[in-house]
Amino acid sequence: MARIRPRVRVPGEAAAGDVVEIKTLINHPMESGHRKDEDGNPIPRQIINRFEALFNGQEFFSVDLYPSVSSNPYISFFAKVDEAGEFTFRWHDDDGSVYEETKGIALS
Amino acid sequence: MLDTQETGGTSRRRVLFSLGGAAAVATGLTVVPGLGPRLAHATEAEVTDVITEMLGEMPAEGAISIDLPEIAENGNTVPLSVEIDAPMTADSYVQDIMVLADGNPSPRVAQFHFTPMNGKASASTRMRLVQTQNVVVVARMSDGQAMMASKQVKVTIGGCGG
Repeated sequence: MARIRPRVRVPGEAAAGDVVEIKTLINHPMESGHRKDEDGNPIPRQIINRFEALFNGQEFFSVDLYPSVSSNPYISFFAKVDEAGEFTFRWHDDDGSVYEETKGIALS
Repeated sequence: MLDTQETGGTSRRRVLFSLGGAAAVATGLTVVPGLGPRLAHATEAEVTDVITEMLGEMPAEGAISIDLPEIAENGNTVPLSVEIDAPMTADSYVQDIMVLADGNPSPRVAQFHFTPMNGKASASTRMRLVQTQNVVVVARMSDGQAMMASKQVKVTIGGCGG
């Protein structure tokens, strides 16, 4: 599997009280567990099963993902920004790996 | 690959049909004799199961905006956006939005968990749809109230999970 590299787009700054859009993408096959290989053997499930978004250490949004989410899962959502700080994003893989990305935001 | 999928689907369908029937009886829904073939739509019953498990009952239709293409040429990656016009304050906010698909091998697609810090009860992702089917969206508010909405997507080339 290619190296997993999360990508996140967050505005660099926002006015206090603004609601900003956050777009996330991670390259991952999201192997559903329903497929078979050329020899007819089932290919085991391996998906990103959970996504979390935190702001200054506090979780404010999460998603439980199932095999019906497309490969390279894309998730976008919103955040109300009241102070400057740092977003943390975490993707949990079925194999126990956790991929993490952080992005700062300043007040304009 | 299609063969194996269909075989798997048939056996699952049989199992779910009986499960779904039992659940319908248990939750007090009327099972009308003669509608058997319609219920045999495996995951339609399973969708009902998942929702009643989450909420205890089927919620009423409500104002959930579901943005999905009417026709998806590629079932491997169907863009989905859901949004509810709600204030998102500490006193009252949308807590969960669950997305289900009644024609996929398994009905659950994604469950979004919101807080007032989201500012807006809105999220997007991309989903797989193996065939033409209904996408069902269920929302639960912080006060426990719930609602649902659904939209059919016609799928030209099904997403085989690849």
